[in-house]
Amino acid sequence: MAELTVQDIIKPENLVYKKTKLMTDKALSYCPGCGHGTAHRIIMEVLEELDKEHETIGVAPVGCSVLAYEFMNVDMQQAAHGRAPALATAIKRLWPDKMVFTYQGDGDLAAIGTSETIHVCNRGEQIVIIFINNGIYGMTGGQMAPTTLPGMKTSTSPYGRDVHMMGNPLKMTELIAHLPGTFFVSRQAVHTPSAVRKAKRAVRKAFDNQINKKPGVSFIEIVSNCNSGWKMTPLDSNVWMEENMFPYYELGDIKVDGKIVDKD
Amino acid sequence: MGELRLMKGNEALAEAAIRAGCDGYFGYPITPQSEVIEYLMAEKPYDRTGMVVLQAESEVASINMLYGGGATGKKVMTSSSSPGISLMQEGLSYIAGAEIPCVVANVVRGGPGLGDIQPAQSDYFQSVKGGGHGDYRLIVLAPSSVQEMSDFVPLAFDLSFKYRNPAMIVTDGLIGQMMEKVELFDPVPRLTDEEIKEKYPWATNGKPKGKERRIITSLDLDPHRQEEHNWHLQAKYQRIEEDEVRYEMLQCDDADYIIVAYGSSARIAQKSIQLAKAEGIKVGLLRPITLWPFPKKPIHELVEKGIKGFLSVEMSAGQMVEDVKLEVGGQTKVEHFGRYGGVIHSPEEVLEALKKQIIGE
Repeated sequence: MAELTVQDIIKPENLVYKKTKLMTDKALSYCPGCGHGTAHRIIMEVLEELDKEHETIGVAPVGCSVLAYEFMNVDMQQAAHGRAPALATAIKRLWPDKMVFTYQGDGDLAAIGTSETIHVCNRGEQIVIIFINNGIYGMTGGQMAPTTLPGMKTSTSPYGRDVHMMGNPLKMTELIAHLPGTFFVSRQAVHTPSAVRKAKRAVRKAFDNQINKKPGVSFIEIVSNCNSGWKMTPLDSNVWMEENMFPYYELGDIKVDGKIVDKD
Repeated sequence: MGELRLMKGNEALAEAAIRAGCDGYFGYPITPQSEVIEYLMAEKPYDRTGMVVLQAESEVASINMLYGGGATGKKVMTSSSSPGISLMQEGLSYIAGAEIPCVVANVVRGGPGLGDIQPAQSDYFQSVKGGGHGDYRLIVLAPSSVQEMSDFVPLAFDLSFKYRNPAMIVTDGLIGQMMEKVELFDPVPRLTDEEIKEKYPWATNGKPKGKERRIITSLDLDPHRQEEHNWHLQAKYQRIEEDEVRYEMLQCDDADYIIVAYGSSARIAQKSIQLAKAEGIKVGLLRPITLWPFPKKPIHELVEKGIKGFLSVEMSAGQMVEDVKLEVGGQTKVEHFGRYGGVIHSPEEVLEALKKQIIGE
């Protein structure tokens, strides 16, 4: 019997996973081990499953995912730092039947774009916001973010974040959940297969809400790692995230169908 | 003849937006232009034409709403006054870089800083020299009457879509607040979504079937490609300079002296040149209608005709005068006169300045 080669295995009947056509073939610009690629993929998979390829406009931020439009194979706009919710507001108001989403990091959404974030949520725009929180400014080289944990070392908090001097990590997601204009608010992760499945279900629910014209923003925070910025191996960064980020940024639904989830 | 109405400049601008088929207005209140959004909210254009009107949380948000909305091919507009326009400069730079059409009106007030709420023309530099970062230009129209506040709205939209470039209407608190008779143009219907998709294939309103997705961005990390994009922008600006200069000339044919003035100052100078005529002084008025592209050629022609001096009259410390000097090229005398910080010069003051600074009496 001839020896089995890789070519013998690559057959349609053996296919267990296929990249969605809504991700381009361009190599991701993210560091190996980073969660951005997975977050991109699940959003695009959901849009393909919902058959919204031709009905979607996405807005990319400034930060590591500034080039999200290179990878997301739908009509895309690239916003100024923090302003994606303003762009998305106008797009949705002018094209109310389209799917509109923003994809933003923690510096973009929770620091420079705080005003736009609060007000898009307060107006209850029918859009989806995907918020990647990795507790650091990745693209500019690992500076302190509004979400940086107390004591966490970054290039602008080299001795650790001193909350008395530098302020406290901002739980933007809990903040906006209490605004009447948010309809679905959830915090997820993408570091394990089960987390990815849960995150994808949340993303699906968010876009379902938009399709069904549910009143208000559907907001998904994805707590992610930044192994380069945190100066760890990808595996160590995921362990560190579970041990340090998740206790502060607790995973799970915060608001469902316009009602705050009772955790007790 | 179109419908006649007595209106404030700000109201005429707002009514013109509805009639021009504007799809969305996004604005933030600031004196002396709040009547624009007040008029629109009272007028319910969403019932009249389907136009969206939204009060944003800031001028920063307004301009970025224009960026997002304009990038889908819709006709979008905002208005503000000087401090608010300063906040919009980042957005304008992105919009110019990404080549998105939109219209921004600046009802200028006295500055710098919070300044005051009286009329001024001290935002000339910011409007025509690029108030934001990078090498870009805005198409800048300067109305000098309430009539032009109405007429220049469709013109600004046409130019901004023709060149995929933001257009700015630069006026001031005087024209914004004063009431005059306006002949309103007949309403133009808004484009349908299908017409927009057909006309503007670059616009991001949902990837067309069987075609590539569209991307709106001002980013290109490759410096050589970024330089190429800049060359493309510069070539476009050159076409605009060749084809879109607009100006008006009054009593220039046999003039010895020329007043260069736009907007409110041009209205005041109209009286000054009449007063001069009564005294036997031959003064003409050159009124730039497009502040950018600046009317260079008429200045060159006036210099060749042997004009003895130019007085640039602006409600500023002297901004447009730099462009006048550049075009006159030292061949004859150029001076600036103007009251500023919210003070309006009188026709008599302008004539006195002409006599003293140019004629040398």
